[in-house]
Amino acid sequence: MDRNRMQQIGFGILTLSAIAVVAPILIVIGIIFFEGARAISWEFIFEMPSEGMKQGGIFPAIVGTLILTMGTALAAIPVGVAGIIYLAEYARDTWMTRAIRLAIVNLAGIPSIVYGLFGLGMFVLFMHMGTSILAGVLTLAIMTLPVIISASEEALRAVPMEFRTVSASLGGTRWQGIRYIVLPQALPGIITGIILGLLRAAGETAPILFTVAAFYLPRLPQSPFDQVMALPYHLYVISTQVPSMPMSVQYGTALVLLILVLSMNIAASLLRSYFRRRRQW
Amino acid sequence: MVEPKIFIEDVNYFYGDFQSLRNITLDVPSHSVTVFFGPAGGGKTTLLRLINRLNDMVENTRMTGRVLLDGQNIYDPDTPIAILRRRVGMVFALPLPLPGTVRENVTYGLKLAGLRDRYRMEESLERSLTQAALWDEIKDRLDSPATALSGGQQQRLCIARSLALEPEVLLLDEPTSGLDPISTRKVEESLQQLKQHYTIIIVPHSIQQAARVADQAAFLLMGDLIEYRTGTEIFTTPRDRRTEDYITGRFG
Repeated sequence: MDRNRMQQIGFGILTLSAIAVVAPILIVIGIIFFEGARAISWEFIFEMPSEGMKQGGIFPAIVGTLILTMGTALAAIPVGVAGIIYLAEYARDTWMTRAIRLAIVNLAGIPSIVYGLFGLGMFVLFMHMGTSILAGVLTLAIMTLPVIISASEEALRAVPMEFRTVSASLGGTRWQGIRYIVLPQALPGIITGIILGLLRAAGETAPILFTVAAFYLPRLPQSPFDQVMALPYHLYVISTQVPSMPMSVQYGTALVLLILVLSMNIAASLLRSYFRRRRQW
Repeated sequence: MVEPKIFIEDVNYFYGDFQSLRNITLDVPSHSVTVFFGPAGGGKTTLLRLINRLNDMVENTRMTGRVLLDGQNIYDPDTPIAILRRRVGMVFALPLPLPGTVRENVTYGLKLAGLRDRYRMEESLERSLTQAALWDEIKDRLDSPATALSGGQQQRLCIARSLALEPEVLLLDEPTSGLDPISTRKVEESLQQLKQHYTIIIVPHSIQQAARVADQAAFLLMGDLIEYRTGTEIFTTPRDRRTEDYITGRFG
């Protein structure tokens, strides 16, 4: 067979693989948009559920997911960013810091149900927080931290060492170099990592299953010790636990969750490309 | 004899087990150009970086001996390092502009030092860019990104950035290695102006450059100081055979 023919076949296989990867995603998104759009209405988004969740809206679940995501951001970002600045910029390379790095990489790969059970044991029971927003947020934060830390470390290490040396040679303390040069340059990578981590937190069911999620709670939470409904768990409940649930409600809920997550994803991409254009090396 | 600006006394330096400098003793007079030259791996850059303690940033190193700046050992444990580095500026082999504009680059060190006075910042900006022979070329582009300048301009910008802090000593590590001959000449000319105000130590990027700029020159070979005399003497009548071999191009 001649080379040209071989190349054509090769390209053909590559194209088919690409289609095989993209097609299922597009189909899933397409069906959810098509079916879900019919359920979406003002009432669906801004009203309490009623009639055993078969009527009314999913407002408390939307609010719950927003609260959990923001709470996770509040708890995870300061700790994660401060921790990685220490680890990447200050800590010396010893067996101890290597062990910590390895642990972080491994933590990122742990199944979310394990975090859920850890949260149940640690926060709900041992620390007596009960099933509450606080316990759920802390559980989600612990699950999110490794993602934030790994991405941020990569971003910090990508900033050329020379910038730190130059800053020091101009009488800068190590912190000044980090504050004025390294962090601004690493920011796009850090923000991307944060959003990816929060995306995971927003979409997961397992970690909130035992720690915060309410099966049916048609009112908004009053304090951090209340339970809340959350979109992923609500979706799980109405599609498996409630008999004769209208399909349109299920698709509508899936669509809202999808839009929430996709818009965060798009925001991340836009932010990243914005900061990249401002970068000068 | 007047007290030297810098006195390096019996310095040994190790990277792990590798000894990079052996029993180096030399003094650097103020307001002159001192050259450290020799083949690669001889310890020139290490010796240079010891003078503002930039080698502190390298892990797993060890040093013995003293480095005196105006009679004060800069390796005393209570030396304020940030202040030392403001007194002893450094220009690197490659132009390394920081992210940001020309103006931000030049005033970066002042900002770190806590200067907030806009008027003094502007004054210092013009003075240091003028001293680095760059002001006339870029006075209309102070707010454009530093990376938009040519390589030669970037390197003079880096010199200006160090000068903005009004250091007493300026260390230059092969500052013209990435530059074309015309930019090189401009940098060398500005050095001749600068030595009236500063003490300059330079690792040149060629023997010819060493001979052109040196008031006194130190020949370093494999961590040993072979010969240290005035530039005229060392480049016309070297005493040590190894210095002569290197200068005449028999090795190196």
